[in-house]
Amino acid sequence: MTAPHDSTARPSPPAGGRRARTIAVTSGKGGVGKTFISANLAAALTRRGERVLVLDADLGLANLDVVLNLHPKITLHDVFTGKAQLEDAILPAPGGFSVLLAGSGMVEYSRLTSEVREQLLEIIEKVKPRFDCIILDTGAGISDVVLFAVSLADQVLVVATPEPTSMTDAYATIKVLATQQSRRVIRLVVNQVGRLGEGRTIRGQLQQVIDRYVTPLLGSPTESLKLELVGEVPSDPAVREAILKRQLLLESLPGCAAAKAIGLLADKLLP
Amino acid sequence: MSNVDFPGDLQLQSALQLLKQAGRELSVDAAPGSTPWLQAVVDALCELSSRDALTGLANRRQFEVTIAREIDRVARAGEPALVLMADIDHFKSVNDTYGHPAGDLVLKAVASALQDCVRPMDTVARYGGEEFAIILPNCPPAFGNVVAERIRTKVERRPVSVAPSTDVHVTISIGGAFAPQWVRSSATLWLERADRQLYRAKTEGRNRVCLEPAAVYQVSAEEKGLLFGTSQFQDIE
Repeated sequence: MTAPHDSTARPSPPAGGRRARTIAVTSGKGGVGKTFISANLAAALTRRGERVLVLDADLGLANLDVVLNLHPKITLHDVFTGKAQLEDAILPAPGGFSVLLAGSGMVEYSRLTSEVREQLLEIIEKVKPRFDCIILDTGAGISDVVLFAVSLADQVLVVATPEPTSMTDAYATIKVLATQQSRRVIRLVVNQVGRLGEGRTIRGQLQQVIDRYVTPLLGSPTESLKLELVGEVPSDPAVREAILKRQLLLESLPGCAAAKAIGLLADKLLP
Repeated sequence: MSNVDFPGDLQLQSALQLLKQAGRELSVDAAPGSTPWLQAVVDALCELSSRDALTGLANRRQFEVTIAREIDRVARAGEPALVLMADIDHFKSVNDTYGHPAGDLVLKAVASALQDCVRPMDTVARYGGEEFAIILPNCPPAFGNVVAERIRTKVERRPVSVAPSTDVHVTISIGGAFAPQWVRSSATLWLERADRQLYRAKTEGRNRVCLEPAAVYQVSAEEKGLLFGTSQFQDIE
């Protein structure tokens, strides 16, 4: 019997070498601002002195390039197919961080084949020593690729909005991650809140249902799942403006309420 | 059997010797050297190479073929399948106290207990030294714990006679995980999950069954009710 691979206790960094912490951003429901949060969080962490890489793990329907207005010549697709070196696919993004874009043509990789699994594993292992933080921007839903990408990360950040459908899907995601990946801490950022404090209410609602329906599934009475609120981003017209202009909010309108909220989120996610 | 003429330059002596040693008689009437006879030799060799020599269970190689096939079937058919990993508790002390021949008897007895507890369609394999793996195709989640407990108690209640008037009592710890029906997973991940549960069973005190909780994707009406504060259940809080 080998000691199990425990997703809550990742191997410690090798002596002498620093390795990036990895954060998976996921949501269950699409269109709640996952990629927007990933990109702007990366910019905020960069301003706090971190070397950040955002990996577009939404292999089927990648759109980090669209959000950042990038037109990459080399993408993960080329790395997967052996047409390019990983080095050449790591591109600088507007916020001063780096990106690995999935690019079009990744539809064939939207299923979790052993090839996709190995490629993702290998790529993440290779980039870890070179960054302080790797953000995995996953796709919507709880497909196998999403679950696998999340399983590669040390921390999970679930993005939800106060909309009931988003909350339900976030809850379903949290439930699966707790039972399938032995996650015991999941972080929550509530996007598009109408008023400050709404995030806390939503976290409380989710935690209440988790305590009643998820905790009993965890196998041992001593185990529990903690949902930790790490940020709430207000509904802000500036966000829409930045998205339509395909600019980072933190670059184009750094003084707006939403940008400040993402700064606070970054503070919470610093090691 | 070893004095036959072989067609061409085929050298089959060592293969036939191996089969003889393993007590595998060719179950075919065909003339030595004929195609049906050669087929029977190949079949017998395949069978021999898929078995564990000591226990007669499927060996690791055969297990890996079976689990790969099963995970593929799960992905296609969506039938729930369970994999169990079982490990004899404190087996080292059996070897240390009674000697390795006694240890071998224990392994054989546990192997036969496991085999007795499962259906013909299930695969019981010797996975490593004192570790066994069982694949149960088409096993609904509700029955996982029943079958695993049956196996555990069977071993617990069956002392192994290792010498005249010397019975050894052994127990096993079992960990299990269902194949993820919604994911085209890999055998490695599936086994890793079962192994994690085995580790849990060991750390929680041994002689017990730990199954990974089945994945629950559906959000029930009660959960939604509690989430949105419209539930009758909320008053219970």
